[in-house]
Amino acid sequence: MYNGGKIIIGLIIFVGLVTFPFIFRGDKATAKPDPKVDTAEILKLPENERKCVESKEFMKREHMKLLNEWRDQVVRDGDTIYTNAEGKTFTMSLQKTCMKCHSNKSKFCDECHNYAAVKPYCWDCHIAPKEKQS
Amino acid sequence: MSVNRRDFLKIVSMSTILSIGGVASVSSLKDQVEASQISKSPAALTAKRWAMVVDMSKFTSEADYQRCIDACHRAHNVPHITDNPKHEVKWMWTETYEHAFPGNEDAYRAEKFQHMPFLMLCNHCENPPCVRVCPTQATFKRKSDGIVMMDMHRCIGCRFCMAGCPYGARSFNFKNPRPFIDESKENPEFPTRMKGVVEKCTLCYERLAKGLQPACVEVSNGALIFGDIEDPNSAVRKVLSERFTIRRKPELGTGPSVYYII
Amino acid sequence: MLEKAIYGGRRYWVWIFFLLGLISVGFLAYLYQFKNGLGVTGMSRDVSWGLYIGQFTFLVGVAASGVMVVLPYYLHDYKKFGRLTILGEFLAIAAVIMCMLFIFVDLGQPLRVLNVILHPTFNSVMFYDMIVLSGYLFLNLLIGWTVLGAERKEVAPPKWVKPLIILSIAWAPSIHTVTAFLYAGIPGRHFWLTAILAARFLASAFAGGPALLIILALIVRKYTKFDPGKEAIQSLGKIVTYCMLINVFFLGLELFTAFYSQIPGHMYSFIYLYAGLHGYSQLVPIMWVSSILAAVAVFMLVFPQIRKNESLLAIACIATFFSLWIDKGFGLVVGGFVPNPFERITEYWPTIPEALITLAVWAIGFLVLTILYKIAVSIKEEVVFDKYGERQIKAE
Repeated sequence: MYNGGKIIIGLIIFVGLVTFPFIFRGDKATAKPDPKVDTAEILKLPENERKCVESKEFMKREHMKLLNEWRDQVVRDGDTIYTNAEGKTFTMSLQKTCMKCHSNKSKFCDECHNYAAVKPYCWDCHIAPKEKQS
Repeated sequence: MSVNRRDFLKIVSMSTILSIGGVASVSSLKDQVEASQISKSPAALTAKRWAMVVDMSKFTSEADYQRCIDACHRAHNVPHITDNPKHEVKWMWTETYEHAFPGNEDAYRAEKFQHMPFLMLCNHCENPPCVRVCPTQATFKRKSDGIVMMDMHRCIGCRFCMAGCPYGARSFNFKNPRPFIDESKENPEFPTRMKGVVEKCTLCYERLAKGLQPACVEVSNGALIFGDIEDPNSAVRKVLSERFTIRRKPELGTGPSVYYII
Repeated sequence: MLEKAIYGGRRYWVWIFFLLGLISVGFLAYLYQFKNGLGVTGMSRDVSWGLYIGQFTFLVGVAASGVMVVLPYYLHDYKKFGRLTILGEFLAIAAVIMCMLFIFVDLGQPLRVLNVILHPTFNSVMFYDMIVLSGYLFLNLLIGWTVLGAERKEVAPPKWVKPLIILSIAWAPSIHTVTAFLYAGIPGRHFWLTAILAARFLASAFAGGPALLIILALIVRKYTKFDPGKEAIQSLGKIVTYCMLINVFFLGLELFTAFYSQIPGHMYSFIYLYAGLHGYSQLVPIMWVSSILAAVAVFMLVFPQIRKNESLLAIACIATFFSLWIDKGFGLVVGGFVPNPFERITEYWPTIPEALITLAVWAIGFLVLTILYKIAVSIKEEVVFDKYGERQIKAE
């Protein structure tokens, strides 16, 4: 091909630049996220009652969609009670329900969000519970 | 079969657009939370249309109305902007008669009425111009009880509603409000707002949902009468049938729900 | 055809890099505004729209004015505008892009701008504004590009362009009417609540836009081998004259209703703008500059002896353009917010970041305009002039 030498060198540089972050990565950045559910509020509950609004698998996959639905139901429709798959009722609120148990945002929410480099802007408005510096 | 470059690019871009569109529409349909799981709280206060009557005769000292304003601003983490009066955020405040009811100026009105501190708030109009102009329905009139609500998640900060409101009831967050909220007085049960969205009184919808009166009404010692104006037996209707009341700029056809007894 | 924009002389590239410099500075100012919020501007709780929305309003008028060249040529076969139409269409494209940018920089939450499309609201004028502006941009791009492409190949444009052109002729007044409706239906703002606002907008658009087009045509003639035509410029000059007269007349009508009825709410905004109200008079000097420029422009335009002299016509057009730029791009918006609904006055003046961002948006508009004009002129030079540099079609 024309200018074959320059093209191949250029391609090598390009591939090098694109794969650089994957080759040279710090262990911190790739440590598997470990969200902690051992807050004082959760530990106060008896073991068989330590259940979230829905199952762990559901929440892992769908908590974003669930929160979006809750947001529209509470703000736009004025409905506040959510009945989960097992018939238990909850008040739909990030600050008053979710964060009451998961009061350790930096060790829970931020764990996965930091790993996935996601910055949800919930906390610009919704007040995160105050955490003890430990 | 050989395809020339232009046709190839056309085929690739059309297929990309169609496949992205197809995937997006299919994935948005799965995993919806079912509507049957959502309901209203049984304790919630309901009405066909909320209204409020401000009995000016019961506001005798500054403490009387400041109590209401403070209760509102504290319950909702309304920032106190100190560095620039142009960026003021207020949900409830006072104005004198000639500013609350412009067009009614009279140099010979009695002193007592000239200086009365009329409590100002969003009028939760029956026919709100702010709702009419909002391009995203971030501000909307709740069908259930007529409250003119704010959806802070959807507001794009275009401020058309601020231009549309004839009562100057709306405030814009010109900057991040958090540094201007006293942390010791913060209400952890209610969010703050962020820069770039419009806010105003939302008639304590979150308190009504729990069966509580609006914060200002609760501390007003009877100066603010709150109730369902379409319920002939409500406190509001009782007062309206006995006393003469005025509303702000009624000639504009907005149908304000805040009445004043002078 | 885009490759025509990367060939240019020294002057061309100096101009492009000057514009890019302005854009970079303004972009940095915008990052500052994005980070800190709209508090870096001069806007306030009382004057919640300022320079950005004012400039948007003015530029919608400039964009709509493309119809003033397109309509006579395509609907009434006025051949003399044949070489101006592409310049008018490309000016409309640059103007609409500036409009959209001004709206974007004015938003408090710009990343949510797609909410207007995701949650269509059929009672909101702003929703329709977004539709008509996007539609007009698309129409002008498609029509301009296709017609220019056909001219370059020295064939007639395809038949489907004609109905689109007719559509764009109807669409142009609609974009400015919808923009006027943003203001004219607001119950609390008496300065804007007038049926004649849409008519005023159109009159000032059809005066200010062609005025700018005349200046651009004169610049094109001076710096390139392409001559849009002396007669075409004169016809445009007549359009500017009549529309400016109508515009001044409409202002007179507004002043009559306000001051003969003596209703305070109707009078206050005019008094604030032109004389000062309760000691607040920050805008009085620039509003009078606008009025004096308008008077000078009308005087120069009305007399054919002055209008036929192209240098004097250029001065009259500059005066027209700046008079309307102040009146519509600033006075109109701020006047609506003063006095506020409590009959108190908060004044407004743009801040430096605001001014830099505004300048950057104008620079982006001029950059788009320069590139598009370079393409159009390069093609016209090839087609209209033969390789010996001799004019094939005499400038009429």
